[in-house]
Amino acid sequence: MIAPPKPELITVNIDGREIAVPKGTNMIEAARQLGIEIPHFCYHPKLTVAGNCRMCLVEMGMPAVDPATKQPTMDPATGKQKINWVPKPTIACFTNAAPGLHIRTTTPLVRDCREGVMEFLLINHPLDCPICDQAGECKLQEQATGYGRGYSRFIERKNVKPKRTALGPRVMLDDERCILCSRCVRFCKEIAGDDVLGFVDRGSYSTLTCYPGRKLENNYSLNTVDICPVGALTSTDFRFKMRVWFLKTTASICPESSVGVNTEVWSREGVIYRITPRRNDEVNDTWMADSGRVLYKQVAAPDRLVRATVGGAASPQDEAVARAGELLKRGGVAVVGSGRSSVEEQFLTRKLAETLKAPAWLVSRVSEGDGLLIAADRNPNVRGALVTGLITTLPGPQLAELAAQIDAGKLTTVLSVGEDLAAAGLTAAQLARVNVVYLGTHANATSAAAKVAIPTLTVFEKSGTFINQQFRLQKFAPAVPGPRGVADDLATLTRLLAAAGGPALAADIDALWAVMAGEIRHLAAVTYANVPPTGLLLDPTDFARLPFAEGAALHYKPGPVEPAAAP
Amino acid sequence: MPHPAERRLIFRHIDEPGYTPDLACYLRHGGYEVLKKSVARKPAELVDEVKKSGLRGRGGAGFPCGVKWTLVDRKSGKPVYLIVNADESEPGTFKDRYIIHQDPHQLIEGIMITCWANQVKQAYIYIRGEFPRGARILEQAIAEARAQRFVGPDVLGTGYGCEIFVHRGAGAYICGEETGLIESLEGKRPYPRIKPPYFPAVLGLYQCPTIVNNVETLCNVRHIAEIGGEAFARMGTPNNTGTRLLCVSGHVQRPGYYELECGKVTMGQLLHDICGGPRPGRTFKAVIPGGSSAKILRFGERFKVRQRDGSTVEWGVEDIPMDFDSLAACGSMGGSGGVIVMDDSVDMVAALANINAFYAHESCGQCTPCREGSLWMKKISARMVHGEARAQDGDLLKSVADQIAGRTICPFGEACAWPTQSFVLKFGDEFKGYAEARKNRPADAVALV
Repeated sequence: MIAPPKPELITVNIDGREIAVPKGTNMIEAARQLGIEIPHFCYHPKLTVAGNCRMCLVEMGMPAVDPATKQPTMDPATGKQKINWVPKPTIACFTNAAPGLHIRTTTPLVRDCREGVMEFLLINHPLDCPICDQAGECKLQEQATGYGRGYSRFIERKNVKPKRTALGPRVMLDDERCILCSRCVRFCKEIAGDDVLGFVDRGSYSTLTCYPGRKLENNYSLNTVDICPVGALTSTDFRFKMRVWFLKTTASICPESSVGVNTEVWSREGVIYRITPRRNDEVNDTWMADSGRVLYKQVAAPDRLVRATVGGAASPQDEAVARAGELLKRGGVAVVGSGRSSVEEQFLTRKLAETLKAPAWLVSRVSEGDGLLIAADRNPNVRGALVTGLITTLPGPQLAELAAQIDAGKLTTVLSVGEDLAAAGLTAAQLARVNVVYLGTHANATSAAAKVAIPTLTVFEKSGTFINQQFRLQKFAPAVPGPRGVADDLATLTRLLAAAGGPALAADIDALWAVMAGEIRHLAAVTYANVPPTGLLLDPTDFARLPFAEGAALHYKPGPVEPAAAP
Repeated sequence: MPHPAERRLIFRHIDEPGYTPDLACYLRHGGYEVLKKSVARKPAELVDEVKKSGLRGRGGAGFPCGVKWTLVDRKSGKPVYLIVNADESEPGTFKDRYIIHQDPHQLIEGIMITCWANQVKQAYIYIRGEFPRGARILEQAIAEARAQRFVGPDVLGTGYGCEIFVHRGAGAYICGEETGLIESLEGKRPYPRIKPPYFPAVLGLYQCPTIVNNVETLCNVRHIAEIGGEAFARMGTPNNTGTRLLCVSGHVQRPGYYELECGKVTMGQLLHDICGGPRPGRTFKAVIPGGSSAKILRFGERFKVRQRDGSTVEWGVEDIPMDFDSLAACGSMGGSGGVIVMDDSVDMVAALANINAFYAHESCGQCTPCREGSLWMKKISARMVHGEARAQDGDLLKSVADQIAGRTICPFGEACAWPTQSFVLKFGDEFKGYAEARKNRPADAVALV
């Protein structure tokens, strides 16, 4: 890992406990490090401070200094420096560490402040938790339970506001639930760069709205739903589908591009309901693109490949693998690997190519990046193919060389591990001239033309790793089981490798990593189990000369990268 | 005609027959002579004069004007702006509008002297949206003054340049709060900024150091430059120097504006002698001394006040000198000079309901306690007035107010909480027995809601 420069540390005192925090740390974060929760709604670590919810009010004090002598004033009772407590409470979110700063979070005043704010936030809140999608992950619910009085003194009529405003194609607004924290407004302005949200009207009648004639339709709009502390903003995709407490989360990686956005996949009984970003301060902070959130729909897509076929007829998977092995052993093979495959699969694909003495290509997916969390390279794992040695140069467009070799009649079999060769530029005539062995998740022109087609799993159904544009090795885990009868990809590939006459390798991911760590210098000492949840930065220097397509992103700058420190 | 007890400095020509707001009239009365003398002096000298004068801001907080000027961050190298707060919106206050409508050049001269003293090159007059005529008069006056080189790129041939722009508000009380005003001037919603760090003197308009002064304060600067800081300090009382424009409204015989030396007149003298006392057959019940947000004083209350020499005096409401410190010592404030008088015909719950309706309407909605609390207080007091009062409503009102004061981003929290806190504290009996007492109200009681 590359070590960041050591920050200047400042010691503060929270509830009588001292902690040294980097300069610029606010008191919510400092308290969090001590395990002390300071409740808040509007504060978000990745947005500017608004200070409007007033939930994080705490008592603040500074060590007393005699104004005349500039010497510390001592408290004779304790023998320590006296603390001058500010009579008014202060918001912790906008109070940064200062030498000697004291904070109290458990005093009667602080408790009263929290009870007051909770009461105020609830008086005009519709309290429609039973039909609200946010229930179960609602900050208002949690903090009402933790810090509220537990009863209401409000007997007046509640304010009435619009209940169903479509802010955009993916985000629905319930204004009555909104607590006007302005997180969504700040996100759109500061992160998405699409300043479309704002408040109209005044006081308690303030209403969140989109600018006239505009829509909240940027590709990051669903982050507003994630950061909304209440159920005001809901996703039109997830709305009314499932109670969140029934869902389990699985750490995953978004395969949308080489950024490698860290995600959480929310599923129940084998069905995925939504994908949300998982915080990684070095990659995606707490954000992800809307386009990455719908990728789970490929799992249950109607064109999903669920059965192996030989010559177009359904076949048991073992027989299909054996048949594929026979075809491959005849020679004249070319291998097309995929930048969407995991590092492990690419390693096995390389083994296949080596065994068959076949050339290997990768399908290029260079498009435009958005400068934020979608990189120009839409393959999530081209660097995996480089590190595992499947390829040595960056993939070129349209598999032109492969097409030329087919046209020249030099090839008899093409093995595609996860790539639709027709979509990658091969014509139907070219596909017809060779035996195609296709491993893939979905039906397409290549699977239709294949002599042998073997179904594989999506990223949501298997374990594996990707190496992102920063050369960060990141792992994902299966959220849901694959379709019935479809074997794990590592099992499929190791069996195919054996059938093709290659070495017998274990299909178990930990065992496979032991092999990879032994063979690949960049992965020495790495095991699958010890890859941290936020990834492991590999040494990129060997590949620095390659003309990668990516431009700058949220946490990525193109160009030479500093060498990694020894692990 | 001014009352004999008055000392007319700023209002010298207000309502004077034949006095017009144009430049020619102002010049006939010695206009811009002070500016001519001031630009010949060193800016630091003028700042010193203002410091010596002890002038305190007339917008409400009473912060010493000279100190405010010296707090301006000059090390940043950024331009310094002057903002003239002409967003006179506090209920009960109606002084600045007379200056703007009848004597705009006095204000412009004060602005230009202040700009010279602080080397400001750009000044903005933020005038409330409800003063369209005032804005037109100011525009006209600035154009006249510019034509005569009192304003503009080369003031009086000195090579010093300063422009004044008039900016109209859109009708929001919160724009009178200086950081809300700055946001509005920048073209945003007037959400007040968090202090610290956004003190105007450091991070004001466009994140540059900014001086925000009230209209009356700037007119005082003109007079300080004319007569000198020490002479100005001899008016009024120590720490409460100069004159004060008091706007008396409500149940007195002669409501209106009065310019009085600070602290030289007591509340009793003001209301009885100068304003002619209560209406026939009535007695004074209560007075709000500094605009609707100031805490109310109940006639019959006694205040024990420690004086500057260490002695203690006991005052009734009538004995309180009309200055910043004395009113603060009695638990209220001089505020913006709006004296609202209520006699025994006033239903205090209805009066509070009126005030609460105002603050609920004007809360900007940025931070939770004020946004939700102000409307809740309005709903409670309106319900009480409309025949649904409960015995516990007074305590509830006070409890809600206590949950607002001191916990908000800007002083609006206090402004909306103080009336409720003081009304309930001082007229708690009326709130407790309200449902019962309503039946026994005088037939001619004033309906305020």
